[in-house]
Amino acid sequence: MASTAGGETLAAPDPIADGRTEGVEEEQVVNPWEVSAKGGKIDYDKLVDKFGCQRLDDSLIQRFERITGRRAHVFLRRGLFFAHRDLSDILDAYERGEKFYLYTGRGPSSESLHLGHLVPFMFTKYLQDVFKVPLVIQLTDDEKCMWKGLSVEESERLARENAKDIIACGFDIERTFIFADFSYMSPPIYKNIVRIANCVTGNKIVGIFGLTLEDYGGKFFFPYIQAAPSFPSSFPHIFSGKHSNLRCLIPCAIDQDPYFRMTRDVAPRLSYHKPALIESKFFPALQGESGKMSASDPNSAIYVTDSLKDIKNKVNKYAFSGGQDTLEKQRKYGANLEVDVPVKYLNFFLDDDAELSSIKEKYGSGAMLTGEVKARLIEVLSEIVERHQRARAAVTEEMVDAFMAVRPLPRMFA
Amino acid sequence: MAYTKDQLLARLQELKIEFLSCDHPAVMTVEEQAKYVGHLGGALSKNLFLKDKKHRLYIISALANTKVDLKILSQRLGLGKGGLRMAPEEALPEILHVALGSVTPFALINESARSVSLLLDKGFRSQRYCLFHPLTNEVTIALTPSDFDKFLLSIGREPAYVDLEDCPVVGKDNPPDLAYLVPAEALNLQGADKVPPTSAPAQTNAPLEQKTKQPTQKPKEPSKEQKQKSGKDKPQINGDAVADSTNVEKFVEKVLEKISNVFISELTKQSNAEDGNIKDHVLEGVKQRVSSDLLSMTMTLKNSVYTQGFHAGIESTIYPLANKKIAERK
Repeated sequence: MASTAGGETLAAPDPIADGRTEGVEEEQVVNPWEVSAKGGKIDYDKLVDKFGCQRLDDSLIQRFERITGRRAHVFLRRGLFFAHRDLSDILDAYERGEKFYLYTGRGPSSESLHLGHLVPFMFTKYLQDVFKVPLVIQLTDDEKCMWKGLSVEESERLARENAKDIIACGFDIERTFIFADFSYMSPPIYKNIVRIANCVTGNKIVGIFGLTLEDYGGKFFFPYIQAAPSFPSSFPHIFSGKHSNLRCLIPCAIDQDPYFRMTRDVAPRLSYHKPALIESKFFPALQGESGKMSASDPNSAIYVTDSLKDIKNKVNKYAFSGGQDTLEKQRKYGANLEVDVPVKYLNFFLDDDAELSSIKEKYGSGAMLTGEVKARLIEVLSEIVERHQRARAAVTEEMVDAFMAVRPLPRMFA
Repeated sequence: MAYTKDQLLARLQELKIEFLSCDHPAVMTVEEQAKYVGHLGGALSKNLFLKDKKHRLYIISALANTKVDLKILSQRLGLGKGGLRMAPEEALPEILHVALGSVTPFALINESARSVSLLLDKGFRSQRYCLFHPLTNEVTIALTPSDFDKFLLSIGREPAYVDLEDCPVVGKDNPPDLAYLVPAEALNLQGADKVPPTSAPAQTNAPLEQKTKQPTQKPKEPSKEQKQKSGKDKPQINGDAVADSTNVEKFVEKVLEKISNVFISELTKQSNAEDGNIKDHVLEGVKQRVSSDLLSMTMTLKNSVYTQGFHAGIESTIYPLANKKIAERK
């Protein structure tokens, strides 16, 4: 049962353009493998227009609060999660008593995760808690094997290691199923992968992802694998009987949109609901607005393995400051909040609205200095990282096995 | 049998480790070395060969501009103040089989050096290339950190990366965080080859006791080391982590401790406020400050307990089948 069976034609899919295959005049490139913009700053309005998704406005945020009975997550309030597809449909259905499940994932390309990696997981945990719905997490070890040339064994190992950090974000084992492609591949999900593959030509894949015939064939096939978990029949051990056509909501960073545009195109043809999306901006690197944090530059981000000393050092040394060069100038003119990275970070990690606006006001007018703002940020980040490390230390191999076991989740909506 | 530079390089090639090599006149300092190999674009290392009062040996390999304070490291290793000295000159040819000015982690390829502990600057990991002498100071080779790890693993060494500049206070409540890197046995410098080969296993067993006693105090170090040693030491670390995370008394203790500390500090803070509604402000403040931590701790408890139940469920299914098989065989 497609959600918009009558209204939509397959001939008019969501606009495809992703920047990779367009002309030279393209100013910014956003796709799963590359994020860059001329002048460094991503224009999210243009992106939303080009991709064809919708902005998450205040009325939707208020709806969240009304339905869940709780203050909206700080990432929603401060606009880090800023775009969506069909989120209102999900909320409508939820209000009618129709549940949904969450689907998110990670490509385990490195052992060390930074705060930017944790953002979608922190937000997904909030969604799981406030809506009391189950969650499936896909670890795409096969993807990293294909794109990064890692050995199968190394990809599998990284997937398990990353699973531990993901678990440390605080997901509820009663409602969470984590799986890695290499070990979960089995009849239910494979059949869906092939069904999806039968709907999307190589030409379409080239158009969406910019691949060429020089690329290995696996890369053409992988998008079908990332699409399959959007359909509940991929997980019959969890979603059976009355849940066999459950709706799906996918929290992710906006660079993943191409995969799910393709999936939404395919869904009606297979009589499945189109998955809904809730999308985030990119977390700014410590050094400023030029693109995403990079796993190869340790000073561009705060890592979950950083010591308190590391955090202090990184924020003090590398966080790009919008403050003035001298004390006198700072007092006189105040800081440029537009480019100040510590304020951007506080925007997302400091929950207290009153304190944040006080800091912005004082820092912008010159009453507060860069050092003080950075000190407050260090406190906030240290708390988050410490909490994560404590939780991480308690994650055992047995716990990972339990999260990844193919088992029913009888109390997933309780 | 002492390894030569050529034998070492041949071994690297066998392991399919790519490296850049640069010949130069013998150099005795990092500054001199930099003149010849600066163009390789990698991180130069300074390597110290040290001994403690009980004649145990260490190589500390650090990035050239990392500050290495032997006094602090000595305490962190649990050797007390001033426990680390430069190793005697004879130890270089006898144990490491290298000449003066050629100390290098690669010397650990020699059987005679099996009890030498290696401490690596964690800064190496983020470098593109690391530069070391391949057993002679007339050559420098550059290789990637992961290839370097590959080499160490191939000689039976678990790479131990340490924040060399960290200066934690070592005391009654803070045991020396690097004590697990102290070799299990000392070397008799004359006739070192006669020492029985039991050091390697002992070295990896010692750290477990150390770390599992302090899971809540030093979260950052154990989780890092846990990752490195997870392959070998899984059962023991997990056993104690499980005991801690499913122990109800410990949980309640942690909760009470957290709340009381924050309560006292909120009380002091609010007692200075003029508003008469101190009670509400204090409770509100406490709630705000401890919620996230408590939620995290409790979720950990829930997940740990479920995990135990899950595995018990599996075992209880297998158990009657296993017993049935045994009974049938008899």
